Amino acid sequence: MLPIIFVLPLLQLVILSNAATFEVKNIKFGYIDNDHSSTSRALIEKFNASTYFDVLTDFTSEANASSAMLNGEIDVVLEIPRHFARNLQKEKYVNLGVTINAIDGAAAGVENVYITQIIQSYNKNIRTDLVQISDAQIQPVYIDTIPLFWYNETLNYKTFMVPGILVLLVTMITLFLSGMNIVREKEIGTLEQINVTPIKKSQFIIGKLFPFWVIGMALLSIGLIIAKIIFDVPMVGSLLLMYVYTSIYILVILGIGLFISNFTDTQQQAMFIAWFFVVIFILMSGLFTPIESMPKWAQIITEFNPIKYYVEVMRMVMLKGSGFMDILPQLIKTLVYAIVMNGLAVWSYKKTT
Amino acid sequence: MKNNKVIQVEGLTKMFGDFTAVDAITFDVKKGEIFGFLGANGAGKTTAIKMLIGISNPTSGKATVAGFDVLTNPNDIKRNIGYMSQRFALYDDLTVKENITFFGGIYGLSRKRIKEKSEALIEELGLENVASQLVGSLPLGWKQKLSFSVSLIHDPKIVFLDEPTGGVDPITRRQFWEMIYKAANQGTTVFVTTHYMDEAEYCDRVSIMVDGRIEALDTPKKLKEQFQAESMNDVFLKLARG
Repeated sequence: MLPIIFVLPLLQLVILSNAATFEVKNIKFGYIDNDHSSTSRALIEKFNASTYFDVLTDFTSEANASSAMLNGEIDVVLEIPRHFARNLQKEKYVNLGVTINAIDGAAAGVENVYITQIIQSYNKNIRTDLVQISDAQIQPVYIDTIPLFWYNETLNYKTFMVPGILVLLVTMITLFLSGMNIVREKEIGTLEQINVTPIKKSQFIIGKLFPFWVIGMALLSIGLIIAKIIFDVPMVGSLLLMYVYTSIYILVILGIGLFISNFTDTQQQAMFIAWFFVVIFILMSGLFTPIESMPKWAQIITEFNPIKYYVEVMRMVMLKGSGFMDILPQLIKTLVYAIVMNGLAVWSYKKTT
Repeated sequence: MKNNKVIQVEGLTKMFGDFTAVDAITFDVKKGEIFGFLGANGAGKTTAIKMLIGISNPTSGKATVAGFDVLTNPNDIKRNIGYMSQRFALYDDLTVKENITFFGGIYGLSRKRIKEKSEALIEELGLENVASQLVGSLPLGWKQKLSFSVSLIHDPKIVFLDEPTGGVDPITRRQFWEMIYKAANQGTTVFVTTHYMDEAEYCDRVSIMVDGRIEALDTPKKLKEQFQAESMNDVFLKLARG
């Protein structure tokens, strides 16, 4: 069992950190060029040059493009109108048609950003060209934004994901182990033997917590080593702080697990309930979707999500180098949570029925 | 001699919803006695035992075990009793030694005492060769003997045995009863349930439960006279068939 507990999650860490990316690459790009001018070809060439787009096909009509999108052959269609070059010269203004397959909404959003960026950059060059042709004395004026991404300058998604995935793994392993534990003893009958001894309820719960706590901390340690060695994730902040926070955090999860275990009669029930919480905790943790974009009621629920705080703290400490005072709010909430959950775990353990 | 009675039960009842599992049973068990607690499957024996050992609250009635009330002082009772359930309840994934150490520790025995106890116990059971093996790998008969010895590790005043010999071979059964006699001779009261009527003959006194009530309670000899039966088996059949 022990090798399984350690090997599987660490494999997951390596696989998921490489696979769970928000980047969209190899976008299948199609275009309808109704203009066939050097200007329109220059725009298409821009897309061709981008590493994100595979320029696929030149469609002759909108109907062809639509059926290709229906068949999943292309993700994006750019339609360049007739007299594109001429209107650009004369009116300095043209409309381009962009159609994006939005079955995967998240990918479509990212694709839209890429397309907009490419067209903007093209726009800038065109404007410079036009200005030079018409009136060389007037300086082209345009506002340019240069985004600076702090704490993760290159927007390396691994830097962003590894701490998050490590958090999930530590959480899942400790929750499932503790959630299955007492109920398993109910099933095999050893719990009854324990119940006829004079052991105190709190002693029993502490005895249950301790080994899983050690496993959780060991998992964190190995995970951090992997994060450093394999993924070269920056660790700006204090390791000690990470450990202090994690040591309290794991108690929250174990408290929840033991509480579930006390309330159920079979391991199957415990498994279902543990899954219920794990899925909600993970998808509402802000790891995959920003909490700011959730509806208000969902944001309130996330206040009770321990993973949310852990993801925040790990990212803050690892990437930003936040100190004790910065994570104090999360630390206090987690501590209260730990006391409440373990109180409930002790309370729900009944030696007498 | 009131002090002589280590278990006193009066009108003890347990209901599960509308179903009365144990129906106002009343009896005493004397110190050092081997008390046979008989009954068919589903007669309510295990439910009754669970109330006596403080893991199930009675619906009504009174019971004191080792001088403590089951409702108000279950933890004091637990310090003074041993219990062996009908299913094997030591940790299969711990070794023989580890199980002994673990339960010794829970009962608050000192390390030195645990070491002495465990050596004596392993020697007595002849488990020297398997002392470091996982309990799960042992044959059932060995497990049961180990389980009984572990339930006596803190020298309890009373030991409750719920069908201790279920599924074990006749030789092991004989050895098991020798262990029970030995414990009784050392002053431990033994409260035992069984389905084997020959074992009932070994008891000092026997009670027979039918549908949650105690229908008969006396020495095996007197019960046989009372029911004009050849053996305890006949006594049991006459009662259980109603």
